[in-house]
Amino acid sequence: MAEQKIDLRNLKAGGFIKERGKDLFTVRLRVPGGRLSVDRLAKIAEVAQKYGKGYVHLSVRQSIELINVNFADFDAVVAELGEEQQKVASCGARVRVPTACGGCEYNPNGLVDTQKSALEVDDKLFGTATGHHKFKVCFAGCPFDCPKSATNDVGFQGAVWPRLEADACIGCGLCAKSCTEGALAMADGKPVFDAKKCIYCGDCIKVCPTSAWSAAKKGYTVRIGGKWGRRPLVGTLYATFVPEERAVDFIAAVLAWYQEKAEGAGRVRLGDIIIREGWQSLLDHLRRDFADFVVAETTAPQVIVNQIPLPGQA
Amino acid sequence: MQTIDLRGVTCPTNFVMAKLELEDIEAGTTVEFLLDDGEPVKNVPRSLKDEGHKLLGLKEQEGYYTLLLEKGSD
Repeated sequence: MAEQKIDLRNLKAGGFIKERGKDLFTVRLRVPGGRLSVDRLAKIAEVAQKYGKGYVHLSVRQSIELINVNFADFDAVVAELGEEQQKVASCGARVRVPTACGGCEYNPNGLVDTQKSALEVDDKLFGTATGHHKFKVCFAGCPFDCPKSATNDVGFQGAVWPRLEADACIGCGLCAKSCTEGALAMADGKPVFDAKKCIYCGDCIKVCPTSAWSAAKKGYTVRIGGKWGRRPLVGTLYATFVPEERAVDFIAAVLAWYQEKAEGAGRVRLGDIIIREGWQSLLDHLRRDFADFVVAETTAPQVIVNQIPLPGQA
Repeated sequence: MQTIDLRGVTCPTNFVMAKLELEDIEAGTTVEFLLDDGEPVKNVPRSLKDEGHKLLGLKEQEGYYTLLLEKGSD
């Protein structure tokens, strides 16, 4: 029997990642949306100093990773981080910690509360076993899409649909000047809206001096089936203006389809299952509970064809 | 009417300069800003609106824009 006993339940959900060195692990921490209090940050620094290498790594998905932690210290690390409610993240075939941009509280571009959405998903779905492969979710607050929604299994992007109250318009032209997509042009001193060109950014609403432009509807644009890694796929559009409060349910519906359809497929990501099963199947499944929001049709996740084969390999 | 020329000044320096100029102006006063095309004309009006000032109009001139604004109260 080993002298040090470890609570193996800590290891089950993942978050402890084997390093090169003997007995050493990286401990990935759970930081949904990449936001954490300074008190938690101070506690993490203290634990990293005590048990780690003296530095941390910021993962590309907004988690803090403690480096060079001896596996014998796992329980102590978990207990001491717990003093500031800091939890360990997961790895493996599970729903991962959601990422998010800063959201709308202080970022002038943010249209929706991505931080709130990330916390809800973390609370309700984090660590759910998919049975197949990892499952990544992100929340972008606006069409700038800093979190890169189309490279996630389910990626959300904040969106507003603008509406003009013509009587309140003073014809200043600021909205047309602000619209980078060319969806607004001035004609006879009034803005003319070309709905087909609108990407839901809400710049017209933000700049309008008289609030003649306002939000007719607001929510998330949803892209599904994206991933990066060895064989990247770009996720495609499945729904628009999904209300913020229904984001968790929407993800759960996608997850249920994935869990069922990937049965027996092995370690395969959602995007590849969509390619195999056809996007119609997933879209029909989502239409049951989200009929008001799903698009009429979409396409399969987009393969980036020039990634492979490499030049000279064809 | 006071004209504040912000041409040739990049974001966000132009916005900060506008803020500083507005500090010395009485609430309710109408001011004119000269802004370059591109990012400045797209960003500065929106930022000034967020600060509580009233945008009155935008006019295209030769190669730049004039923004009319009424200073808001604090």
